[in-house]
Amino acid sequence: MKSVSVAVLAGLAKFFSGATVRWVDCEPDACQRVYFANHTSHLDALVLWASLPKQLRSVTRPVAAKDYWNGGPVRRYVSSLFNVILIDRKKVKARNNPIDMMIEEIGNRDSLIVFPEGSRNPTGEMREFKSGMYYLAKKRPDLEFMPVYIDNLNRVMPKGEFLPVPLLSCITIGPPLWLEAGERKHDFLGRARQAIIKLKEQDSNEP
Amino acid sequence: MLTAQNFFSSIPSWLPLLQTWFDTSLLDTKTLILLVAILLVLGFCWVGSRLLRRQPAANLDAAIVRTFDNRVSAWLTICVLLAVTMMFGRIFTVVFFFFVSFWALREFITMTPTRRGDHRTLFWVFFLFTPLQYIMVALDWYNLYTIVIPVYASLFIPGRIAMTGDTKRFLERIAKIQFGLLICVYALSHAPALLYLKLQKLNLSSYEWEVWDGKPAGILLYFVVMVQISDTLHFAWDRLFGKHVIAPTVNATRTWEGIIGAAVGTAIAGMLIQLLLPVTPFTWYGAGIMAGLISVMASSGSMTMSAIKRDRGVKDYGTLVHGHAGVLDRIDSVCFAAPIFFHVTRFFLQRPETAPEMVRQLTGVFNL
Repeated sequence: MKSVSVAVLAGLAKFFSGATVRWVDCEPDACQRVYFANHTSHLDALVLWASLPKQLRSVTRPVAAKDYWNGGPVRRYVSSLFNVILIDRKKVKARNNPIDMMIEEIGNRDSLIVFPEGSRNPTGEMREFKSGMYYLAKKRPDLEFMPVYIDNLNRVMPKGEFLPVPLLSCITIGPPLWLEAGERKHDFLGRARQAIIKLKEQDSNEP
Repeated sequence: MLTAQNFFSSIPSWLPLLQTWFDTSLLDTKTLILLVAILLVLGFCWVGSRLLRRQPAANLDAAIVRTFDNRVSAWLTICVLLAVTMMFGRIFTVVFFFFVSFWALREFITMTPTRRGDHRTLFWVFFLFTPLQYIMVALDWYNLYTIVIPVYASLFIPGRIAMTGDTKRFLERIAKIQFGLLICVYALSHAPALLYLKLQKLNLSSYEWEVWDGKPAGILLYFVVMVQISDTLHFAWDRLFGKHVIAPTVNATRTWEGIIGAAVGTAIAGMLIQLLLPVTPFTWYGAGIMAGLISVMASSGSMTMSAIKRDRGVKDYGTLVHGHAGVLDRIDSVCFAAPIFFHVTRFFLQRPETAPEMVRQLTGVFNL
């Protein structure tokens, strides 16, 4: 029963977002990865998860905000279907460090979907990345960090709206990067952010 | 002599189910022959283009081959789906066109910059006006479906956007949404609406009107075929004889020779089809005039859509968001031709009990 609901959810997400997925210089793979993307809409996590190949969906876990996905029975049900790891944005302390929690949750099987900007940006301009991704990379240097550029999804469901408009969107996944030996936090985060910007520019430059 | 008529009426009686089903479908013998002919020609072109693509690209213009291949594949898909839906009935054809409209509108709005304030208006455009238009077509509510989008929706859109308080580029934004809805939904919905027309035809030997008893699919097929022929001829004339480019800023390959050649060629093709396989209620010259009209509208449709694309700086709607098929690229000519063809046909040929006084007077003047 759950598998049917999951398939329906993925189908709906793909239909409303009209998402096409492009893997640029990389391939879908079941190895442990961290997909990090620009954050423009509440649908980001759901659509990115839905646009992965079916076999990868069950082992890929989006990290999402607890305050949004726990708001109301519908959202709670939906978030249970696509295996989200809910993070409390408000009370981050050393004791319940979200990074440790993520690492514990994925074990040595699952992949993650993260939005290092922290919150959605209404203008579409990317914010600076929060440092969580750096600590994640430092604790688990074996993870592949995949840059993902999500285009047009903010128009499908902008901040503050609850009904989607079925426009077409595009998800571009780029080649992986890793934390270099001795690389500093600022450099790594800047490099990661630049990787998404590069995907965005490639996207608009092509004919 | 074994004619097509005999062949189909001699379907053995152990196939009564098939016969009944065929009778209740939108097709009859003539339209079926036309449909099979279209599919054969397109299938042949499709195989041809596949073979061309395999050729070493020495003496072929790769871009032309690719364009040809794209168009043939798209038209083949459209015609196969159309054929299948027509075998099952009008309602399926309407639903098919609904999906085409929906997808085309998605492409159009995706390409058009809208603002946050337009979000809820767009929601109603996609989930109220678009389905409503096709529901009204399926219910044959002519008086409503010709009015709802051009009047009600056109007034609702600016009103609703004004209430959001976002005035930046206001007029531009409402115009874009209105135009998208008008072209992708309103205009295209007139193609399946052809199936609901109740028409009469002119008997050329007695000069009297009589009820047209052909199957309605004939007129839709005729329309689709004419648009395809027009597109093909336009392309061919541009390449072979094109000298005077209409507007290089819009499209560097569209020429006056192309537009006129296509109109004349399509008119001749329309007459020939009507003479060989009378699938429409038109007289032979009527069929020619209608075909010419379709061709001119189809050409202006592609020109308009090209102009919009140039303005937005995209080459094809298909490459707008990567990997999408570009439905709007293929149906731009259909969208422009459909409402005009529908209205001219209805204006002159609807049955007298529903025809307006003006038409009765007109037909009197010309002693028709």
